[in-house]
Amino acid sequence: MSDKQRKVVVPGEVIFEGEEYLPGEGTEKKDNKIISLKYGLAEESNNLVKVIALSGVYEPRRGNVVIGTVELLTFNGWVINIGTAQNGFLSLVEVPRYVNKDGLEEVMDIKDMVVAKITSSNKRGIDLTIKGRGLGKIEEGIVFDVNSHKVPRIIGKEGSMIKLIKEETGCNITVGQNGKILVKGDKIENEILAREAIEFITEKSFVSGLTDEVAKWFKERKK
Amino acid sequence: MVQGEKKMSEFKRPDGRKNDELRPIEAKVGIIPNADGSAMYRSGDTVAIAAVYGPKKMHPQHQQDPSKGKLRCTYNMLSFSVSDRIRPGLNRRSTEIGKITEWALDPVLDLSKFPNMVVDVHIHITQADAGTRCAGINAASMALAQAGLPMKDLVTSVAMGKLDRTIVVDLTKEEEDWEEGEGPTDIPLSMTKDGKITHLQLDGKISPSQLKEAIDLSRKACAEVYEIQKKALKEAIEKNE
Repeated sequence: MSDKQRKVVVPGEVIFEGEEYLPGEGTEKKDNKIISLKYGLAEESNNLVKVIALSGVYEPRRGNVVIGTVELLTFNGWVINIGTAQNGFLSLVEVPRYVNKDGLEEVMDIKDMVVAKITSSNKRGIDLTIKGRGLGKIEEGIVFDVNSHKVPRIIGKEGSMIKLIKEETGCNITVGQNGKILVKGDKIENEILAREAIEFITEKSFVSGLTDEVAKWFKERKK
Repeated sequence: MVQGEKKMSEFKRPDGRKNDELRPIEAKVGIIPNADGSAMYRSGDTVAIAAVYGPKKMHPQHQQDPSKGKLRCTYNMLSFSVSDRIRPGLNRRSTEIGKITEWALDPVLDLSKFPNMVVDVHIHITQADAGTRCAGINAASMALAQAGLPMKDLVTSVAMGKLDRTIVVDLTKEEEDWEEGEGPTDIPLSMTKDGKITHLQLDGKISPSQLKEAIDLSRKACAEVYEIQKKALKEAIEKNE
């Protein structure tokens, strides 16, 4: 697939042996051995070894764009459920407009959905922002769930897959890294078509040359 | 009959296995799509399935630990898993085995990054022919790995036994009810790949030297089980690649 060397590893397995390797995410170094701490794919680049999990719950990371639901209003922000065990927090100062402290619900109320970016994620909690392009409260469209580990396939190499779906359906699509997808189109039929295309990708995620496969799928659908 | 007089070489197991031979093993990962991690482990006629959910917020709230996450295991035998129907639901035995499973798995699991959270492991025995707690631990260990949780190693479990005076591996129900000579001794134990024991129980009588012998023999059996667990996990990804 790529020039990088990849292999499946289980917890406790020795991935590489030697002084020159550095332990990255999901690994540890012990007696000059790089040992996996997770089950997934091991990748090595510039002697840095890391393990990427392919299953399990979504792990929030800094910089991820996610889609969530407002669960609670506090005196200085919103508590947002992004599908993780810990809720995200969107502070007042992270909203790019004036907000009256007594009227938080005028901007976003409980059950409203929002596209946000993670600014930090640690033991204490997950901080969100909606400053930036494409972020903010969701006004219209449909939101649905997919497996968060399939998100890279939906986006494709340099966004090739998502570009294809956007072109074919004429919909605006926002893919949250937490596996929630927002589809906005002018017609409900187009939105449903985009959703079906994405569900097709998640089912066939292990097929190589998937972008061509999806193009073919669109052609058949349009007949 | 004086069974104790028999020499080791003359000893015959009811199903004709060698003393250090495991029952046929089958392992599969990802059997429950709705769970965050799941696995099945079969050893002969014993079948265990395990499902992992979480990390998720700990409820009841008073059990939350702000310094680290917790592991919570439940063990359950389905009512049809044995020939005499067993009453479904919690009982003294299942509560105890659930706790034992937690202790067996906790040393390899690192939940320090998940404060106030819990990882739920549900183990169900669909078919029982002795060694169910070991099958449960083996399945749970694979399921935890599939849930993407940070682990130092996999846990491998095997039930050792002493039938009269002979040490054997992986008892069946028939052997567990051994009536001749000194009778049966049941030693379920779990260890990591490098042979660090995380759990050991003993039910019956055994001399310290024979216990050592049993533990030494279990290392070989555990290595075999480990390879099967590893293979099952790797196949689950490779078939989709």
